[in-house]
Amino acid sequence: MNGFASDPKTMHSSSRALLDVRGLKVKFKTNRGEGTAINDVSFTLRRGEVLGLVGESGSGKSVTGMSLMGLIENPGRICGGQILFDGIDLAKLSDLEMERLRGKRIAMIFQDPMMTLNPVLRISTQMIETVRAHDDVTLVEARRRARDALGQVGIPRPEERLDAYPHEFSGGMRQRVAIAIALLHKPDLIIADEPTTALDVTIQAQILSEVQKLTSEYGTALIWITHDLSIVCGLADNVAVMYGGQIVEYGPVAEVIRSPRHRYTDGLLNSVPSRNRRGDRLRQISGFAPSIFSMPQGCAFRPRCSFADDACHQTPPLATHGNHAHRCWHPISSREGLGS
Amino acid sequence: MTTWLAQRLVQSVFVVLVMTAIVFVGVNVIGDPVSILISPDANQQERARIVAEFGLDQPLWSQYLSFLKGTLQGNFGNSFVYGMPALQVILSRMPATMELAIAAILLSVLIGVPLGLYAGLRPHSFFAKFMMAGSILGFSVPLFWLALILIMFFSVYLGWLPASGRGQTVDFLGIGWSFFTWDGLSHLCLPVLTLSIFKISLIMRMVRAGVREVLPQEYIKFARAKGLSRQRLLYVHVLKNIMIPVVTIIGLEFGSLIAFSVVTESIFSWPGMGKLIIDSINVLDRPMIVAYLMIIVFIFVTINLIVDILYTTLDPRVRLSRD
Ligand SMILES: Nc1ncnc2c1ncn2[C@@H]1O[C@H](COP(=O)(O)OP(=O)(O)O)[C@@H](O)[C@H]1O
Ligand code: SF4
Ligand SMILES: [Mg+2]
Repeated sequence: MNGFASDPKTMHSSSRALLDVRGLKVKFKTNRGEGTAINDVSFTLRRGEVLGLVGESGSGKSVTGMSLMGLIENPGRICGGQILFDGIDLAKLSDLEMERLRGKRIAMIFQDPMMTLNPVLRISTQMIETVRAHDDVTLVEARRRARDALGQVGIPRPEERLDAYPHEFSGGMRQRVAIAIALLHKPDLIIADEPTTALDVTIQAQILSEVQKLTSEYGTALIWITHDLSIVCGLADNVAVMYGGQIVEYGPVAEVIRSPRHRYTDGLLNSVPSRNRRGDRLRQISGFAPSIFSMPQGCAFRPRCSFADDACHQTPPLATHGNHAHRCWHPISSREGLGS
Repeated sequence: MTTWLAQRLVQSVFVVLVMTAIVFVGVNVIGDPVSILISPDANQQERARIVAEFGLDQPLWSQYLSFLKGTLQGNFGNSFVYGMPALQVILSRMPATMELAIAAILLSVLIGVPLGLYAGLRPHSFFAKFMMAGSILGFSVPLFWLALILIMFFSVYLGWLPASGRGQTVDFLGIGWSFFTWDGLSHLCLPVLTLSIFKISLIMRMVRAGVREVLPQEYIKFARAKGLSRQRLLYVHVLKNIMIPVVTIIGLEFGSLIAFSVVTESIFSWPGMGKLIIDSINVLDRPMIVAYLMIIVFIFVTINLIVDILYTTLDPRVRLSRD
């Protein structure tokens, strides 16, 4: 159906990135004033690649994902930058053009599986409408595709379960249904916004490996949003760490985890249990994430950073070393990173 | 589901039975039937004859049983005024009331739901704010006052619409209906408008509140992420969730339209049940009052049952708990 994603020849011959986000800026205008939720966010994603988008709650991960889907609504608006998807700037598309793309070439999965399916509509209704929103097929054919998709994500007896309502599924099963819906059109890109956060650990792991398997099977690019760095380790190729609406560190996962440059990334890593040696205390980053309506001047992390000085009152530029970039005036040197 | 329905039916019958007891006590025990039935200047013999004829000398429980028996057979006795079985008199007036009630509900839904959807989708638009302010007026204006204003304006001042009666009716299924003639329709206008204003306001506000509640839900975001059209989103995903409370309100309002049509029917001289019962109460036509009360009980119980069944078809979660 979708020659691009599954055909290895096109995958390799096209050097153009699937997704190229450049200087994205999103603002929200409320009665508290105007706040910048996303400020100058740039990253690229090749076909089949997995990007981990990591950061505390409120750092702008969801808003980034929703911008790519063209789902930013009042009081928010994209007010700068480009979202080049396969060469087309999504930020410039009309509502109708975006509607045709959504669910077909870019799909999204959300955080709370208990809330993502409409409680009063059958699973079959919610799947068939997705098929028929983009492909002109018969009801029978749409139903067959829906059933196959349910089978693929590991739902037992898909034919029977198709006519059930969401409340008849467990949280984990509902998230599988949502994934099945996202995969219906074998999209080029799936944005997964904390899809396992609300689930317990074993189910989290199952879903994670299921998504990994299916996306690599179809060559689907994946943006995995999470506040948990440890999830990203085994999953992603690249990681982007967000803070205060900016990407503060960006690079290959192994490298970022081995030698973080930004002070915030370091703090995040120290709060991951598995990474700490036994006996070490887990160190949570003290303080709170800033509100978009009262962003600190300069580096947004400044009020919580023990290395902050006068220089940090200026916004740090994005400093790139090879494919590893960061926004910090006083980055951790690789020696210091290893020693601490 | 079937067991639930059976239980629900038994419940309904029980409610009707309880109501027969209440109506019986209200009319026969609290009120003095003798004083109603017999003129004060009747002599002793006449008195005894009537008391015996109506079984008023029997013990209370046997009076109730014969009342119950009559009720079940639809026999409430002859109307004192019309000299015909009370039930028959009332039923002959029912189509007029039903016509008014159905027209008013239809109009309220057809206007209230789209207005509510609009106000929910564009809450900050001038029109939405205007309609919301207007709906407060629609809530607070007394029915009779509204009726009189409408008559003053459309009938007296403009002379466009008739202010009383049903106009020309056409027989359909053996019953006369105003729906089918222009004259009849023009007679329907003012009473239906009077009855609808409140309900339009109510439905509009409920739909608006529902839209405001449903739109930010995660499942709407997900549905949009699937690439559904706006229409599909609104008319399937949003509307089906909103219809649950709206159906309840429509049911209740329909019941009260039939039961409390008294005011409107009196003002517009609409020959329905409400007008009839007021006339009957004025002349203390006891069989008519009893028959009317029982019919209203029956209608209310039936509407509740239908709403409950609709509920189960609309909300699968309710259905599950009833399986
Ligand atoms: N509809 C909205 N109105 C106002 N502010 C919003 C809205 N949506 C998001 N924001 C703001 O944007 C910032 C980023 O939010 P979000 O992307 O949801 O964070 P997260 O990283 O937890 O997903 C938050 O500070 C939030 O307050
Ligand atoms: S720029 Fe300054 S305040 Fe920001 S993280 Fe680096 S050292 Fe800390
Ligand atoms: Mg989020």
